[in-house]
Amino acid sequence: MTEPTTPLEVAPPTALVDGRPLAAPVDATVAEGLELRARSQWSYARRRFLRHRLAMIGLVGLIIIFGAGALAKYVAPYTFDQIDLTNVLHGPTTVGHHYFGTDEIGRDYLSRVIYGIKTSEQVGLVVAVVSTIFGLFVGAIAGYYRGWVDNVIMRITDLVLTLPVLVVLLTVAALLGRSGNEWTIVAIIAAFYWTPIARIVRGVFLSLREKEYVEAAKAVGAGDMRIMFRHMLPNTLGPIVVNGTLAVADAIILEAFLSFLGFGIADPTPSLGKLVAGGQQFPQKWWLTVLPGLVLVIIVICVNFVGDGLRDALDPQQRRVRA
Amino acid sequence: MLTYIARRILYSIPVLLATSFLSFTFITKSSDPLANLRANPRTNNPAILHHLAHVYHLDQSLPVRYWYWLQDVFVHKLGQSLLTSQPIWPDISVAIEHTLQIVLLAQVIALILGVAVGIYSAIRQYSIFDYTMTSVSFLGYAMPTFWLALILQIIFVDIYLKWHVRIFYTSGLNSGVTSSTWSIDRLQHIALPVITLTVVSFALYSRYMRATMLDVINSDYVRTARAKGLPERLVIFRHVVRNALIPIVTVSALQFGALLGGAIVTESIFTLDGMGYFFITRLQTNDVYSVMAYVMIVAITVIMFNLLADILYGFLDPRIRYD
Repeated sequence: MTEPTTPLEVAPPTALVDGRPLAAPVDATVAEGLELRARSQWSYARRRFLRHRLAMIGLVGLIIIFGAGALAKYVAPYTFDQIDLTNVLHGPTTVGHHYFGTDEIGRDYLSRVIYGIKTSEQVGLVVAVVSTIFGLFVGAIAGYYRGWVDNVIMRITDLVLTLPVLVVLLTVAALLGRSGNEWTIVAIIAAFYWTPIARIVRGVFLSLREKEYVEAAKAVGAGDMRIMFRHMLPNTLGPIVVNGTLAVADAIILEAFLSFLGFGIADPTPSLGKLVAGGQQFPQKWWLTVLPGLVLVIIVICVNFVGDGLRDALDPQQRRVRA
Repeated sequence: MLTYIARRILYSIPVLLATSFLSFTFITKSSDPLANLRANPRTNNPAILHHLAHVYHLDQSLPVRYWYWLQDVFVHKLGQSLLTSQPIWPDISVAIEHTLQIVLLAQVIALILGVAVGIYSAIRQYSIFDYTMTSVSFLGYAMPTFWLALILQIIFVDIYLKWHVRIFYTSGLNSGVTSSTWSIDRLQHIALPVITLTVVSFALYSRYMRATMLDVINSDYVRTARAKGLPERLVIFRHVVRNALIPIVTVSALQFGALLGGAIVTESIFTLDGMGYFFITRLQTNDVYSVMAYVMIVAITVIMFNLLADILYGFLDPRIRYD
């Protein structure tokens, strides 16, 4: 993690001047040919993000890898289940475009990895979106209304926290998801992943509800929903976007763990964790284990880079501790 | 302080009961312990099945079954397996011993290395050493344990096959019949699992230590210490490191749960007869009560370590008061 390379920038004051927010596109002040353009909070964030070198590297890496996964049908040289028994366990070669070699029944490994990326990215993105939205909603209600909703939610998260995630997920997946449908796995991971997000949102909402602008909105007569989602939500977006991004990596890793241990996605769909597990039987054929795992590591690193960039861009005063 | 500890222990009892009841409900509802007998035509006899269901209280309602199970846990040391009718305790206690050895070794090594590297990185911020260690820990974060474990396995299998040198064994706990806990043979066997678990925690600790060190170094009392002319060595070790170590205590206690999760994967890759291996094999055979026993032991361990973290925290930092 390098320190942000962005030059010093003065963030626009959030205070109101004459009832008008400074950030609004006030007509440019022209003084002696010097033109000043008012920038909104978001355009500052965008600039900070685009200048974050590691975040850009991560973003490009993700676009390439996820793009290949999404367009697996067109990118992969073979299908993931095309068997060629004359060409079994062959190392990586350019002959016949087997850049990642072939597996024990002669399937092209690059194609299998690309289809594995497709599975992983679907799991990662869907889990991140679903659990973020759900956690956001629950956390907002708990933080805003306090009372029994808050109590119940905090006790549930307490219970979930008494066990390591992997133990809970494995037990649930083993007993429910033996059929190993991709969406069962997504549902199982998402069912546990919303809790940390709800906790974070709750924390932010707890402090925001005491702010003056919330009081002002109440005085004007705004409804609870309007206050929560129109006034408070935009102020929580920073941590939520960052955590949502990191959730993609976490979900991909969790799916890989489940699939690796044989409680995840069932055959014939390839997934990165399952490919690594398959390679375990052939310790001499290094590419079967190393390459899919390497793709997994690169995805996670890229997601983390993007997450760090977003944190620096959206939430500049937050301390840069990753816990 | 004593009342605080007592209150925390009392509070953890309902949490444990709730966790156990929820897991019990879930695990018993979603699997049929008599499935094997039903599948076998010789034992698929209503009279036999009915008798067994009665003996094991399977025909009772859920709360009643839970009550019988809870009694078994206390009276008969976790009871017996429904699948094999063997007592669970002898198997799991051996497994706990093995896992503890691996996890504690990994924890101690990771802590020593992580703290040392964190201190040095913070003192020489932005040096080559700092950047190298940052990249190493970023990689350590992103690497799934199973991939790292498999790569180590591949490397050491390769070394053995090429040069016929046994540096570390790649599976099992002993090569002979049995070997004592700290024999060279045992250490050669557990070295790779310990390295695997160490890498992941090391990444966390070194990052955390660096961040808290930097935090403390910039505080006022450190400036005072420097201003009154203390030698730098004293400033760092007497004033900075001592305070920076406090958060590490909490982090390492919380990391213990994650290590138990990591042990599941590591032990199943290196086929070590530890808790994780116990859990996975029992999960695969639907051995309900053994899975419950594992879940309970992990939950108790995690709760205990959380409590320990809080107590130590109060000890180390007198600013924190419990009331």
